[in-house]
Amino acid sequence: MADDMKLLPEQDRTFTMNFGPQHPAAHGVLRMVLDLDGELVDRVDCHIGLLHRGTEKLLEYKTYLQGLPYFDRLDYVAPMNQEHAWCLAIERMLGLEVPRRASFIRVIYSEIGRILNHLLNVSTQILDCGALTPITWAFEEREKLIGFYERASGSRMHAAYFRPGGVHQDIDQKLIDDIMAFCAEFPKMMENFEGLISENRIFKQRNVDIGVVNEKTIMQWGFSGVMARGSGLAWDLRRSQPYEIYSEIPHNVFPVIIGKNGDNYDRYVCRMDEMQVSNEIIKWCIENMPKGDILTQGTKASPPRRAEMKNSMEALIHHFKLYTEGFHVPEGETYTAIEAPKGEFGVYLIADGSNRPYRVKVRAPSYPHLAAMDHLCKGHQLADVSAILGSLDIVFGEIDR
Amino acid sequence: MSEQTEALDILGEYIAEKMPDAVRKFDVMFGDLTLYAERDAIASLADFLKRDVMCSFETLIDICGVDYPERGQRFEVVYHFLSMRMNHRVRVKIRTDEESAVPTLTKLHPSADWYEREAFDMYGVRFAGHPDMRRILTDYGFEGYPLRKDFPLTGYTEIRYDDLKKRIVHEPVELTQEYRNFDFLSPWEGIAAVIPGDEKADDAEEEGA
Repeated sequence: MADDMKLLPEQDRTFTMNFGPQHPAAHGVLRMVLDLDGELVDRVDCHIGLLHRGTEKLLEYKTYLQGLPYFDRLDYVAPMNQEHAWCLAIERMLGLEVPRRASFIRVIYSEIGRILNHLLNVSTQILDCGALTPITWAFEEREKLIGFYERASGSRMHAAYFRPGGVHQDIDQKLIDDIMAFCAEFPKMMENFEGLISENRIFKQRNVDIGVVNEKTIMQWGFSGVMARGSGLAWDLRRSQPYEIYSEIPHNVFPVIIGKNGDNYDRYVCRMDEMQVSNEIIKWCIENMPKGDILTQGTKASPPRRAEMKNSMEALIHHFKLYTEGFHVPEGETYTAIEAPKGEFGVYLIADGSNRPYRVKVRAPSYPHLAAMDHLCKGHQLADVSAILGSLDIVFGEIDR
Repeated sequence: MSEQTEALDILGEYIAEKMPDAVRKFDVMFGDLTLYAERDAIASLADFLKRDVMCSFETLIDICGVDYPERGQRFEVVYHFLSMRMNHRVRVKIRTDEESAVPTLTKLHPSADWYEREAFDMYGVRFAGHPDMRRILTDYGFEGYPLRKDFPLTGYTEIRYDDLKKRIVHEPVELTQEYRNFDFLSPWEGIAAVIPGDEKADDAEEEGA
């Protein structure tokens, strides 16, 4: 009897704990198996794939246009940014020129997507650390932005608004004015938000010097986006490999925000500042937006105008063929990446010359970030796991695909 | 030829010159540099790409498999590297089949861990020396490799909750309607016009003969 009760030697007292997949701090459907040594984390084994829907397989069976809405469903926190990568990849292969106004609209909505994403991430990270109020504030703003999504595309989330060659429909002056009004209000909301959180003692205790990422980790684990910028690496694809009109935006409107220490707290600050920058970019775009077309005309990849369709037989045939057979993309392959709110979102597209992609690989930014979970959490307290997870900014739509 | 393409061309030539045993050929397509490499030399090539000052491809962006069933070596494994320092990218392609293992890159790039697991999960590509080769995206106990071209879109099994057994059961997939895979490329030749009852004519002919 006494033998059974004897405690194990100190070093053998590790135990294994299951975290998720229904845990609210798991940000979706993540299951982690944690090996703990007392309160300290020894090993994190992430089990992913609980939201695997086979997007890449499905894309092989759909035309290029039919494949577009699947991209909304990857990172469903900032849907249009994903569509953007898909459209850019197709445009690159077809050699399509996007009209200037469409470029501006795309940038406006990409930046709205960035604010949507950062609002959600920052507020849920704070929620994971125990503060309940900010998420309600953030969702109020998100609601307004989702409203702009809806007014442009007809859908609050799964917009399917960016199309190869431009955007689906033009945005009217009323909507532009309302976005401008939002931009004017937004900094004030951010000020309140920061006043509540940034100097909060509990939040700082939970996040400062937790989950520190250095340059070596960034390189080795393939980090991008805020995960890289939080450590002082000025790497932003919008600046370093610019697409659309990002290269035209002046540096005082769009500086690359970088952190210093690379910990959870710096990443939080980076995201807060990036929202301000996005807000400025939206304002700049609205002020400089030209009038004109929003979709390229006269190519096989874009539909004819409605009025033209009523009069021209060729236009009618083209419309019918476009929405049944779809357009053909010439043989070849491309890797096209954009700066999604979470980091580098890439589409590797192999076309075989038919109306469907031969292979699509979606490179999701959260995937390598989550893969580094074991590396980042080793030696931290159990309570830090959810704080680190929150600051990684992961979404399972794009990790599991 | 644009300036960017030219720079990539020079870089490709440089790498091919330095690593003649590893790189078979290279090309620049749609502004991307692609190296066609030997399978067994991938680790040394990646090491060179990482350490060489001209290349300094320190970040592994992605690894993925591609299936070409009609080829002798049916799989391609495609690596994407990025150099934040030099601000350029490279794509490296190697070929393999179901049996031959690809040397792992996990020692060089820890991020290769999950990417290689995914390529294994989706295509059944084997990686030699990987520390923890398990399936990653598919369900526990899943069989088959879903992204192979000969794997049907609908899969082989479907799951439902069995109320009597009080657990999830796996059953062969049963479709009330065939997946509607329209052939738009050859709309007239594609559809075999089968009129109900026609098959009887063939039967009658066979009986007669």
